[in-house]
Amino acid sequence: MSRRIHPSVAGAQPFQLAERDPEAPLFESAEGQERLQAVLSRYPTKRAALLPLLGYANELHGWVSTQDMESIAERLELTPAYVWSVASFYTMYNKHPTGRHFIQVCTNISCHLNGAQRVLERFLEETGTRPGETSEDGRHTVIEAECLGACGFATAVQINDEYHENVTPGRVPQILAGLDGNGS
Amino acid sequence: MAYPYRDDRETTTLLSRYMGEPEARTLDGWLERGGYEALGMALEMKPDEITEIVKESGLRGRGGAGFPTGMKWGFMPKENGREHYLCCNADESEPGAFKDREIMRWTPHLMIEGCLIAARAIRAEHVYIYIRGEFFPVVRVLNQAVVEAYEAGYIGRSVLGSGWSCDITVHLGAGAYIAGEETGLMSSLMGGRAEPWMKPPFPAARGIFGAPTTVNNVETLASVPGIVANGSAWYRQWGSDKSPGTKLWCCSGHLVKPGNYELELGVPLSEIIYDVCGGAPDGRRVRAVIPGGSSTAFLTADELDCETTYEGMQAAGSALGTASPIVMDESTCLLSAMRRIAQFYAHESCGQCVQCREGTEWIAKILRRIEDGDGAMKDIDTLYDLCEQLTGRTICVLADSVVFPLRSSLDKFRDEYESHIQQDACTAK
Repeated sequence: MSRRIHPSVAGAQPFQLAERDPEAPLFESAEGQERLQAVLSRYPTKRAALLPLLGYANELHGWVSTQDMESIAERLELTPAYVWSVASFYTMYNKHPTGRHFIQVCTNISCHLNGAQRVLERFLEETGTRPGETSEDGRHTVIEAECLGACGFATAVQINDEYHENVTPGRVPQILAGLDGNGS
Repeated sequence: MAYPYRDDRETTTLLSRYMGEPEARTLDGWLERGGYEALGMALEMKPDEITEIVKESGLRGRGGAGFPTGMKWGFMPKENGREHYLCCNADESEPGAFKDREIMRWTPHLMIEGCLIAARAIRAEHVYIYIRGEFFPVVRVLNQAVVEAYEAGYIGRSVLGSGWSCDITVHLGAGAYIAGEETGLMSSLMGGRAEPWMKPPFPAARGIFGAPTTVNNVETLASVPGIVANGSAWYRQWGSDKSPGTKLWCCSGHLVKPGNYELELGVPLSEIIYDVCGGAPDGRRVRAVIPGGSSTAFLTADELDCETTYEGMQAAGSALGTASPIVMDESTCLLSAMRRIAQFYAHESCGQCVQCREGTEWIAKILRRIEDGDGAMKDIDTLYDLCEQLTGRTICVLADSVVFPLRSSLDKFRDEYESHIQQDACTAK
C-alpha cells in the first residue's frame, strides 16, 4: 500500500476491490493523508474532491459508511447531509457492505438481447442469493447492473474491478470457481 | 479483454489502426508509431491556428450531438486573464456504445495527445478526463499512460520545453448515465449530483468553477492529432461535406460479428450490418435496428439503406448518435426490448424535472404491464400522450431520449403492442 500514487491519478483509483479493510482509518494514516492532499491539489475547490474521496473510502473499506461520509464532510468543510445527498446519487458507492466478490450483471438492451436474464439467474442460483443480498459465507453479492459499456461482448459481467465478457449461463460456475482460486 | 473482430475489407483506419497492439499503450510504443508528433506541431502554432484547422476539417462532436468541434472551440474567450478548462468526456454510458473505452484501453496516448492539442487551442492549462467509474480495467491503462506522459514531459510544466504548461487530472465517475450530459458532467466534476443545468450560460462562458470550459468527447479528441498533423483537406477526403472523416461503429445485439469497426462516414447502414457484421446469426432475418445508441429512433429492416452521415441518418428519421447500431432479429420481442430500454431511462433520470422523473417511470411501468399480459388498448394512447409530455420540456434531453425509440416503435411496430394487449402473444418468431 505504500507505493506512491501520482497526484494526477490519485482521485481515479479503481475502488471496487476484493482486497479491503473495513477497519482501516480513512485519513488518520500516512497513506490517507497523502491521498487526501494529492486529491485536493488537483482542484480549485475542496468540494470537487468529494467524488474522489468517496471513491477512496469505497476502495479502502469496500463500502462508504455514515462515519466515512462524516469524516469526508469534515475534511472538505461540507455538511454530512450534503455528502449523503451526493453519495446517494451515485450507484457505485456501496451504501452497505457487500460480499468479497461483488458481481454486477449487465441486463441492458444489448445484453438483454443476448440472454443476460438467464446469466443473472444462473449467478443467483449458483451463489444461493437474491439480488443485492450477500451470501451467508460473505463471498458473493450479485446485482443487476445498467449498461457496462461492453455491448459488443454481451453478456458483460463486472466482478469487483474486472470485466468478464461474452458470458453465457454455462460459463457461470467456472467463473465463480476462478474467483475462489484467486482469492486468499 | 481481446479485440474480437476485424473488418476484413480495405478500410480507412485513423483511430483504430493500433487497436489490438498492446505495445501501442506504452509511451515508447506510441512514439514508435508516430505519437506526439502532432503535439510538437501544435506547439509551434498559435492557438487560433489550431482551431482554424479543426474548423476547416469539419470535425463534428462524436459524443452524439454532432456539434462542429472547431466552432465550439471558437466560442472560448481569447483573453488569457482567467483559467480555462477542458473536460474530456469519457463517461461513455449510452447503451450500445463502447468506442471510447476501446480508444482508451488500446491507444490512451492518442487521446492524451488530443487533449493537449485541444487545451492549447482553447488556452486551457488544466484538462479533466471524466471517465466512467465502471471502466476500472480501462482506468488502469489510462492512468499509467498519463503518469508516463507526465514523467516524460509531455504533460505538466512547460510541455516539451515550450513554455506552455498543462496539467491533466483523471476523474472517476461513479455510475450515473446523466454525468455524460455536458452540464451534468460539470456538476458532477465540481462535487455535486450530476444534475444538468439550463443553457445559457453555455460552458464556454461559464463552465466548471465558474470559468470558461469546453467539453469534448474522447473520440472527438482522438481525431484531432491526425487532423493537425495532416491538415483539414486530408481529413475531408473521407465522409461527406457535412460529415467528414471516419467514425467508430459499435455494433451489438443479434450479429454474427458484433464489435467495433472504423468506417468512413456515409457507408450505407445496411452494408455495416450485413457486410461488415455478417447480419443476424443462424440465418435469421433482421427485424429492427436502433442505429445510434438506445436513445435514437427505431428503423425497420426495410429502412437500412440510409447513408450513415449526420444528415443522412436524420433524413432516415433517426440519428447517427454515437453510431451504435443495436440489431434485433426476428426472434426479438420488441415490446420486451423497449421495456428494457425504458427501464434504463427511468433508473437514470436525475429527478430534477417532473416530466422526466415521473414520465420515464410511467412508461416503464405501462410497458411492463403490457408485457405481463395486463395491458389495455388505451395504454397505446397513454404512451403516445407521454411522448408528447416528455418532448422538449425538460432541462436536458434524457426525457426526449426515451421518446425517440418509444414513439418510433409505436409507429412502426404497433402490431407488436396490439398482439400483446389483445392476445397476450408476441409477434416474434
